[in-house]
Amino acid sequence: MTASDIVLSVRDVTKHYRVGGGFAGGPAKVVRAVDGVTLDIRARETFALVGESGCGKTTLGRVMLRLQEPTSGQIDYRGTDLTGLDEAAMRALRKRLQIVFQDPYASLNPRMRIGEILAEPLRSHGYGPPADIRDRCAELLEMVGLRKQYLHNYPHQFSGGQRQRIGIARALANNPDFVVCDESVSALDVSIQAQVLNLLADLQDRLKLTYFFITHDLAVVRQFADRVGVMFLGRLVELGTTEELFAQPLHPYTMLLMSAVPRPDPRQRGRDRPMMQGEIPSPMHLPSGCRFHTRCPFAQEICRREDPSLQAIGSRAVACHFPLSG
Amino acid sequence: MTHTSDLAPDLPPDLAPAHEALEEASFLRDTVRAFRRNRMAMVGLAFVVALVVCAVFAPWISPHDPYRVALDEQLLGPSRTYWLGTDNFGRDVLTRILYGARISLVVGIVPSLISLAIGAVMGILSGYLGGRTDFVVMRLADMMIAFPSLLLAMVVMYTLGANLLNIFLALALVGWASVARVVRSQTLALREKEFIEAARANGTSRSRIMFGHIFPNVIPTLIVLFSLSIPEAIMWESSLSFLGVGVQPPEASWGLLVAKGKEYMFQAPTVAIAPGIAILLTVLAFNFIGDGLRDALDPSMKD
Repeated sequence: MTASDIVLSVRDVTKHYRVGGGFAGGPAKVVRAVDGVTLDIRARETFALVGESGCGKTTLGRVMLRLQEPTSGQIDYRGTDLTGLDEAAMRALRKRLQIVFQDPYASLNPRMRIGEILAEPLRSHGYGPPADIRDRCAELLEMVGLRKQYLHNYPHQFSGGQRQRIGIARALANNPDFVVCDESVSALDVSIQAQVLNLLADLQDRLKLTYFFITHDLAVVRQFADRVGVMFLGRLVELGTTEELFAQPLHPYTMLLMSAVPRPDPRQRGRDRPMMQGEIPSPMHLPSGCRFHTRCPFAQEICRREDPSLQAIGSRAVACHFPLSG
Repeated sequence: MTHTSDLAPDLPPDLAPAHEALEEASFLRDTVRAFRRNRMAMVGLAFVVALVVCAVFAPWISPHDPYRVALDEQLLGPSRTYWLGTDNFGRDVLTRILYGARISLVVGIVPSLISLAIGAVMGILSGYLGGRTDFVVMRLADMMIAFPSLLLAMVVMYTLGANLLNIFLALALVGWASVARVVRSQTLALREKEFIEAARANGTSRSRIMFGHIFPNVIPTLIVLFSLSIPEAIMWESSLSFLGVGVQPPEASWGLLVAKGKEYMFQAPTVAIAPGIAILLTVLAFNFIGDGLRDALDPSMKD
């Protein structure tokens, strides 16, 4: 694999939040939302990031686009370190780096017509005269399967699925090559979900897009992703291709996540399925050693003491003292 | 477009145009409908419209000349010629109130617009930029709010001189701070919305986000604040004129009429009471309109 195959690479990125503290609240606590993540996204792949809510996957997505500033680490987009860019240079690069949001009701300005919403990114990057912008907006709407007459409507006149299509059209306005999809289908009905996923796949082929797909839905991952990263409490615990990962998870957390997916077969209900113990630890008070040891059915003495790092095993990687089999 | 054939739009195409036309103005229409259902607000609106008509057409509809002095007709009680009696110079009180409405309405509207404009800009800057800007703007606003406003306005009027322009200035100076606070808190909430984050992700400039994206979402609040600040400004002008640093005689404003009339309270009570009632009714009417607008623009209050 050559360097040019990598669109975006994240190098040891952390994002810490200070909570409380200040005037009379005692010392501030630090939430380690993202705590030392390194990964490469390859050109034209769909990389899925999975994990429970609160594990830092959304934060990582935001940090990758510098919608939030990382506390430390590097984000390289085709050889440019985004963390070193000033505001003007970053704004110019935003053409290439886009995001589709989770909530199609919150992500469109309720006081703007669809035409204005779609024209906004074009204007920000000096697309051209108003007539060209209008044509491009109509083209974008048709590209996501909506009629161009909708340009004059307001967001509240659309259904959730239609709004999400508009959100996708907006993200694609300036021909990006890297798109973060932050739970982009999880707010939709299952039938609409499939439509939007098909649309995303179709657009990926036509426009040569690379997706960073943040989700908690393993069924979506299995159908849609080329590679998967599993995140737990701010760390990447496993990394691999979708087939490999689903065929044989290496990290106990991955295995438990998969066994937690409900099976549509009542006879299989509750059969030899190891369940996760306890609650997810607070990212403010991380356990010593491996972060997962408090919930891991296989935890040993060393897990309580030593924090395992992400180790390559063949084409895959896992952060565990006792990978399930490898 | 063959590739989207499996992605049929969620609406049947033949239904869509009618649907669009129906929905186009729905927010405005809902608001108007909700407002019209509020009886007090409609009464307030009728009163204000009538008042504006009277003020505009005062020279034609008022029965007498507001500045004509008739020393043989001082302090008359209400009669068929002088409906509300005459003042100490023999001038018709009703005429003076009609002319006074012109000044009082202008003083109600113009400073409100100024303080709204300043307050909206300050509030959005403060809420969106945060940090040092926020600190400076909000401490300025705190100072304005902490200082006794009447005193502040009086100082302005006293040092700069009593004329209409300085009244605008004084009232805007007193009024912008509370507007800025409300707008700031709304901006703080809006800033966290995904559509603002989307605008940032698009490379939209900060000024365009503040005034192209956040501002339109603050407008309903501004409308309500406007209707509520008009009566306040009328009261302020009345207070200043009453205290002698506002509108100067022989101009007529309602506050001034009350101030001058109070000296003849026992000979001719209508001279002071009639403009007082005019202030009371106008302030009430604007408050009713403001309440009605607030409820009509709040989606959670509909139906």
